[in-house]
Amino acid sequence: MRILAALALWIWPLLATAQEWEDQQRFEGTEATRTLRVLSSTDTSFFAPIIQRFLREQSGWAIEYFVHSTAEIDTRFRGNPTEYDLVISSAMDLQLKLANDGFAAQINDIDHPDWAQWRQSLFAFTTEPAAIVINRAAFARQDIPQTRQDLIRALRARPEVFRGRLGTYDVRQSALGYLFATQDARASETFWRLMEVMGGLDIRLYCCSGEMIDDLYTGKIAVAYNVLGSYALARRDTHDALEIILPSDFPTTMMRTAFVPSGASNAQMGAEFIRYLIALQSMAAPEDFPLPPLNLEQGSIAQSTIALEPALMTYLDRLKRRTFLKEWESAIIQDR
Amino acid sequence: MVEAVPVSGSLRGRLMITLIGGAAVLALLLFLALRSYAAQVAQEGQDSILRASVASILDAAVLRRGQVEIDIPYASFSMLSTASDDRVFYAVHQDQTLVSGYEGLLPAADGGAAQDGFQTIDFLNTSLRLATASRMLVGESDRTRITVSVGQTQDALAGTLNRISRNAAYFGAGFFALAVVLSLWATSATIGQLKRLTTSVARRGPQDLSPFAKPVPSEMLPLVRSLNSLMGRLDQSLNQSEDFIAEAAHRVRTPLATVRSYAEATLQRVNRGENREALRSMIRAIDESSRAAGQLLDHAMITFRADHLDKQDIDLVELVQDLVLRLTPVADMRDVDLRVHGAAQLPYSGDPILLQNAVRNVIDNALKYAPTESAVDISLSDEPLPQIQICDQGPGFPPAEMDTLASRFKRGNNAEGIIGSGLGLTIAQDVAVAHGGTLTLTNRVEGGACVSLQL
Amino acid sequence: MKFLLVEDNAELAKAISSRMKFDGHVVDHADKIGDAIAFSETGEYDLILLDIMLPDGDGRSFLKQHRSGGQDTPVIVLTARSQVSDRISMLDLGADDYVTKPFDHAELQARCRAVLRRKAGKGKTEIELGGAVFDPVAGTLQIGGAAIGLRNRELRLLELFMNAPGQIFSKQKLFDRLFSIDDDASENAIEVYVGRLRKHLEGCDLRITTLRGLGYRLDHG
Repeated sequence: MRILAALALWIWPLLATAQEWEDQQRFEGTEATRTLRVLSSTDTSFFAPIIQRFLREQSGWAIEYFVHSTAEIDTRFRGNPTEYDLVISSAMDLQLKLANDGFAAQINDIDHPDWAQWRQSLFAFTTEPAAIVINRAAFARQDIPQTRQDLIRALRARPEVFRGRLGTYDVRQSALGYLFATQDARASETFWRLMEVMGGLDIRLYCCSGEMIDDLYTGKIAVAYNVLGSYALARRDTHDALEIILPSDFPTTMMRTAFVPSGASNAQMGAEFIRYLIALQSMAAPEDFPLPPLNLEQGSIAQSTIALEPALMTYLDRLKRRTFLKEWESAIIQDR
Repeated sequence: MVEAVPVSGSLRGRLMITLIGGAAVLALLLFLALRSYAAQVAQEGQDSILRASVASILDAAVLRRGQVEIDIPYASFSMLSTASDDRVFYAVHQDQTLVSGYEGLLPAADGGAAQDGFQTIDFLNTSLRLATASRMLVGESDRTRITVSVGQTQDALAGTLNRISRNAAYFGAGFFALAVVLSLWATSATIGQLKRLTTSVARRGPQDLSPFAKPVPSEMLPLVRSLNSLMGRLDQSLNQSEDFIAEAAHRVRTPLATVRSYAEATLQRVNRGENREALRSMIRAIDESSRAAGQLLDHAMITFRADHLDKQDIDLVELVQDLVLRLTPVADMRDVDLRVHGAAQLPYSGDPILLQNAVRNVIDNALKYAPTESAVDISLSDEPLPQIQICDQGPGFPPAEMDTLASRFKRGNNAEGIIGSGLGLTIAQDVAVAHGGTLTLTNRVEGGACVSLQL
Repeated sequence: MKFLLVEDNAELAKAISSRMKFDGHVVDHADKIGDAIAFSETGEYDLILLDIMLPDGDGRSFLKQHRSGGQDTPVIVLTARSQVSDRISMLDLGADDYVTKPFDHAELQARCRAVLRRKAGKGKTEIELGGAVFDPVAGTLQIGGAAIGLRNRELRLLELFMNAPGQIFSKQKLFDRLFSIDDDASENAIEVYVGRLRKHLEGCDLRITTLRGLGYRLDHG
């Protein structure tokens, strides 16, 4: 088993690279002559209705929608910052650092609450909590854990059930996973205990929420930690097999953010798209906007929502990241 | 009458410009001082936060097995959050080598080594306030110097400065507005003193050349003193010229009187017709010239007084009756009756000397033209306005000249043989006009001229 | 009548005096205020003629002194000034009237008469002749106890005759006395006044006789 796991870990980066396929889709508007290039970490399925609706309003435009992992977005964008007209990502820290480094154009005529924007250049348009998603079958006749402590207890109580059937982000691969992990670590020591417990139960590491949910559904894993609740919710509509738990001890909530690169060739239309996104999420009709809209009440006071501030860059520091990953690896991989 | 004095600016204007200009300069200085002080304070605020941020990072640095590790506290950057979302940059150098953070973010070297402290530098096309501090880390076998720099843009600072500048501007403007109000007040208070003096000069009667005794501010004392001295000199010179005129009149008239008396006495003794006629002509000429001189002087006096009427409450009836008493002997000589009719009292506010002169001239005129053993009627009424009408039974005014008779030196066509300079009616008219009235000339149907003095 | 003339100009004083004496008056002349005061204190005068400008002071100061001394002798001021204000101040100081130089002698006399009439008691200057009682100052004539109204010129004509009954007055002389220089009348006008006077005197023993080529004379009895 250990060998298997080791093999999996060894092979994982290769697999991940291979599997990190880019979804690339072109949406044609009416009499489209110009194209808006959007670089995004959000699955096309979520954005398709949003884009289609936008194109109905903007004739003469087409949208090319590129999907990459959050970490890849950062790399790609820094490699060629003038290629895209809009960058959308759930990795708030990377997004903020891009803005801080001067890659984001200021759009002054967008009226957005202070906590939901940074420097009038980075705009949040969703509130998405990190969730614990479980396969109900694994918890038949058992209490559904509501907190991380509950989960630790549940895992310790039945290690045989969960061994090899746990999943979370590989924070080395997923920027969003790294964000969630660092914020969890910042919030409570419970995170490290949970990681150690999960590491001892041979946790499987994923690049993306989508795959974790797939595996949950098939029963390959029973518990997924720090999955994007929104993705799980999207599946849950059709499958009763999964239970989404927003841990009540401390929730970690991310805001999906968008910015127009300062070198964008269609900056105006990019800004228009952000305006449209913000307006659309506030109308909050689920069929038009499949993502959870900004939680205005929570946003203003909640500590749980990760704040858009320069402090986000703390864990991006090379030394800090090195230290964190070392700790994380020692917790998850242990003596493997 | 009054000549235009050349005006050189305005005292009020100069005072206002000086005071308001001074206030403007003060307000500007106040504004600049406030702003620079605020800028200094705000900069110190930012610097102290930057220093704290640097210190917290530096504190987290450890040397572990020869390797530098820094567990940057979340608060190090969190404390740098500002309302304007200022951008934050940092760099950690180990002996001039970048360990973490932004490449190239180094304080401007001054003589080789990086300087600890604060600097304002340009980085990534933007201006940064950069705080730098360094620390020696001592490991088991080696020691190394760690330099931490944290930089922050100054948008919030600029915003704060703008806000403070705006408030300072409001403050300065308020100060200025207050100063303007005070200037206005001070100016009008100062000018007020001058105005009061002016008013008291203007209100004086024509004869009043007495010095000013009212207290004035000490600064105006020289002015009042010179005014008083001028008035004194004027008074003296007026008295002198009055005396001079009187003296001149005396000197001229006394010999005339002598000549006249002799001529008259001679006339009594001369029998030859032509000699008598010559003497009579001589006497007439003497009378004419003395009368002309008298009327000219009267007219001059009236012109002078008309500008500054010395109004008193008088009874016109009393005034007329007094005149009649004085003129009766002359009227009697030609058996002309002076009859006063009308109101028993006619109160009026006017210059008695002018009015007396005017009425006397009109009565004189009537007496001159009235035939022997006739009457001159003087009627007084106050309907609708105070009015004195003097009618004789003489030939009346020549109708063609009624309008021009009151002009200076005009005499009626029928004035042959009657002594008079022709100024009498002019004087009467001037007095009437000075009192806001008119002089009307009419002829009576039954014969005779009427002069109405409406006041 | 007795006059005090205060006048510093000797020529004028002489002219006035001679003219007054010609009319039968007595005139004392003072040429400065000091003399005038001395005269007025010693002699009884019917009237004072006062010049204003005198070598040792203003005539007004004499007036003041004169009035404050309790004297009520009428004063007529002879002034060279013509300003009304001056005249008024002189009247205020106690002058009874004024004449402006140069003056018509007839006017001066008329003013004198008017002042005396106001001041003097009745009967003081009465002349009684041929059953007629005439007071030249009061200007009254009584014949047989009845008052007869005379006009000014008639009065002055009668005065001339009454002051010198039996004396012949030429037409010319009478004209000069009755008419002022600027009266534009002929000497024949005298006949009218003589005629009127004759009518007034019908009730008494006085007659005015015409002497052809010579003039007129008042006859008595």
